[in-house]
Amino acid sequence: MKIISNINKFSFKAQKYIFALFLIVLSVGLVEALVLSPADYKQSESVRIMYVHVPAAWTSVGIFSTIAILSLGALIFKNKYFSTIAKSLAPSGLVFNIIALVTGSIWGKPTWGTWWAWDARITSMLVLCIFYLLFILAWRLFSNKDSILKITAIISILGLINIPIVKFSVDWWSTLHQPASITLSGSSIHSSMLLPLIIMTAAFVLFSILIFLMKYNTELIKIKNKGIDRI
Amino acid sequence: MIFETLNMSGYGIYVWSSFLFTIISFVILYNVINYQLRKEQRKFNSKYSKLNSDELKLIKKQKIYEDILVFSVNTKI
Repeated sequence: MKIISNINKFSFKAQKYIFALFLIVLSVGLVEALVLSPADYKQSESVRIMYVHVPAAWTSVGIFSTIAILSLGALIFKNKYFSTIAKSLAPSGLVFNIIALVTGSIWGKPTWGTWWAWDARITSMLVLCIFYLLFILAWRLFSNKDSILKITAIISILGLINIPIVKFSVDWWSTLHQPASITLSGSSIHSSMLLPLIIMTAAFVLFSILIFLMKYNTELIKIKNKGIDRI
Repeated sequence: MIFETLNMSGYGIYVWSSFLFTIISFVILYNVINYQLRKEQRKFNSKYSKLNSDELKLIKKQKIYEDILVFSVNTKI
């Protein structure tokens, strides 16, 4: 358990360094995204919405996948550590999901001429948002630890089924949403646009780590408070 | 020059509102989580300061102070 103790100590100290790093990366990312990157030949300046929309969607999907694996681990191994990490990841995941939906909607108006379409990608992202809400609500509504572990594991596993639908919906169905421009095999985005996208993604990941550490520390202090109450 | 930057060929309202929404969401989330953290810290400090020497010894023996989270749901921390 020495490792866990060290991780917990690190999580307290790391916050301010991650916060400083996040501000630096975000500032560079914003300058790149809003000033230095070129306009798209087809979408013109509206393409800049991509620099917040895409990182938010990627981070949100990544966080939910992590939550699902951790929740399953918590249920199988009866591991409180996993469940606390999963619980601490959820708020930033939900906010990123909402950012992806809202900025996607704003981007949709000048591009497609509508704020919303029941397109497979957009709808599956909305479903993911519902799973995030259910996951967070389950932690608030249930007090029995065993029930929480089971319920959150069920919610996150059902939500995990939705993740491939989010990812491949643009390939499986004919959708308004454009297909993926960046895949494991390469990118069709020019480096002048790829660089700000990568920097903004790094900023979003750093912010999610920061929020995770703060929430995780809150959970640790709650447990400490319960420990004092037992005396 | 400033107007052109803000206007962004007529797409400014969409671009700026997207970035503004993102930044506002970040600020709200950070403040909410920070408030929760500070609240729990204050609660802990208040409870901890009221403990007598025997209780302090007991609390330091609690497993929570070594690894806080243990690998059992049923463990009484």
